[in-house]
Amino acid sequence: MSATTQVLTRRHAAAEQADAKVGRLGPGPVRTAVSYVVLTLVSLVFFAPIAYMVIGSFKPSAEVLDGLAGFVPRDLSLANYRGVFARFNSDATGRFGDFYITSALVSVVIVAGGLVVNSLAGYALARLQWRGRNLVLTAVVLVVILPFEAIAVPLFYLLNDYRNTYYVQFVPFIANAFSIYLFYTFFIGIPRQVQEAARIDGAGPWRTFLLIIVPMSKPVFASVTILTFLAAWSSFLFPVMVVDQPKYRPLPLAISVFKAEPPTDWGQIMAFGVLLVLPVVIVFLLFQRWFVQSVASSGLKG
Amino acid sequence: MTSATLDPARPRAGSPEPPPEKPIRESRAAWLMVSPAMLLLVLFVVVPFLMAFWLSLHNVKLDSARPAVWMGFEQYRRILIDEELRGTFYRSLLNNAVFALVVVPVQTALALGLALLLNRPLRGMAVFRTFFFMPVVFPMALVSVVWTLIYSRDSLGMLNAVIGGLSFGHLGPYDWLGDAKFALMAIAVMSIWQGVGFQMVIILAGLQSIPTNLYEAAAIDKANKWQQFLNVTIPSLRNTLIFVVMITTIFSLRLFDQVYIMTQGGPNEATSTVMYGAVTSAFVENNVGRGSAMTVVFVVIVVLVTLIQRRLLRQEREIA
Repeated sequence: MSATTQVLTRRHAAAEQADAKVGRLGPGPVRTAVSYVVLTLVSLVFFAPIAYMVIGSFKPSAEVLDGLAGFVPRDLSLANYRGVFARFNSDATGRFGDFYITSALVSVVIVAGGLVVNSLAGYALARLQWRGRNLVLTAVVLVVILPFEAIAVPLFYLLNDYRNTYYVQFVPFIANAFSIYLFYTFFIGIPRQVQEAARIDGAGPWRTFLLIIVPMSKPVFASVTILTFLAAWSSFLFPVMVVDQPKYRPLPLAISVFKAEPPTDWGQIMAFGVLLVLPVVIVFLLFQRWFVQSVASSGLKG
Repeated sequence: MTSATLDPARPRAGSPEPPPEKPIRESRAAWLMVSPAMLLLVLFVVVPFLMAFWLSLHNVKLDSARPAVWMGFEQYRRILIDEELRGTFYRSLLNNAVFALVVVPVQTALALGLALLLNRPLRGMAVFRTFFFMPVVFPMALVSVVWTLIYSRDSLGMLNAVIGGLSFGHLGPYDWLGDAKFALMAIAVMSIWQGVGFQMVIILAGLQSIPTNLYEAAAIDKANKWQQFLNVTIPSLRNTLIFVVMITTIFSLRLFDQVYIMTQGGPNEATSTVMYGAVTSAFVENNVGRGSAMTVVFVVIVVLVTLIQRRLLRQEREIA
């Protein structure tokens, strides 16, 4: 913390104590009520499409595309969910289980592989002395700025022989410059004394990393896990180009193919969508604090 | 470092210099640690990036026995100058620009507004924050599918039903995705809905790190709420807002998923984007050379926009 921040923090704490002594009330009841009303209205507008999808997934398909009645929970059943599994049960259409397995497998490998590979690189850049460190660091920052779209077409061309596999969907994405950068900024913030203490105890770089640094870096590992998982699960552009067989199709690609095939069974499509997004939503609800914190901190470091 | 004076066997307390043999050990470990990531990045980022240039100078077809044919700058000439193709390409550039110019300010302003709404010591803020952030975890492909239904062109479509209801039937059903004047904006609104939570959370973190005594000092100086907002909030948020604007711009230039699923570039190229054109050229028309040329132009634009933004919106770095 800079000296200025420390002074301000102390003054802030003193001011808070002064407030408590005087017993200052928060915003008045009218303003509070207005705030809640506005927040509720905006939340409803925000949540409406999601509610529409969830409610629609339990309604008969004819009643989904039905004007405002689409919101009314009537004639609810699991028919659409059963229908989705029944429809996607052959090699020609692809099996729903396969879609899930593909998405899950690809995402898990990208996340797990990425945590290993990117944290090591971030640590080496942040805490070790070696020739070429600055060069590699510059290169990483340059790659961070480069959007994936810049290399999508040539990558597709290069990997054309490996289409329709799991490998082609995860190998190119395990190393990620942004993740490396997140690890780098976090490890830089770990005090040197920690490393020095380990060195005095006779630990080399590897042991220092594995036994000391990693256990105290839970926040950045959580952040990178969440952000990487979200990106991998949502991946669409690259699968569009390299996967055309149903067996290796991930969920986002599968739902877009489903929607494009006439006739559109909206009830089933909504059910498909709910199943597609469920893992991420569950993870989000469970780890909300980490989620929000990782998104916010990736911004504050910018 | 003079090893004559430093005895590696005797660690000196408080010495900033590591003993001489450490750099070698560190160097080896560092290279080992960094090499998996470096190898993967070189193979799957650097090489394709360089290949984009090479490919854009050739006529390349997949699954073809013919080798790549050198074309020089012909691909570029075709998409930029040739009358047949340039119309589509310039239209897609225009669409990207319009989309970015609408989405970036609107999404940022909305994110700021929502963050301000949430930045109060009221109970239940976390619940509202969940509602606003939820769309962010939805894959854009799924969002596109659901909103296709919402934008349905007859009066049964959700948006048309809402508008019809609110206007007592006066405002008729609109063809949101099929009418060239609505299509791009319809996609913009949906994209803003999906993305605003992400920006909001970043801005909220920035808001919550503003020391309250700055506001108190302003209040002592008899500044009203609006003046406090202009003179305390906005300047303190400067770096955060700049960051948010820059990443939103980059994200908006990448527009692909929504177009692919909802409109396929139509109607009449009203929603065609550079990336959509590049992927269609390479993948559907089997013209990898042209797709790469479009990609290269895209990269140049992104780099230019980023540099210009950095210049115009210089971030103030704290001297800590």
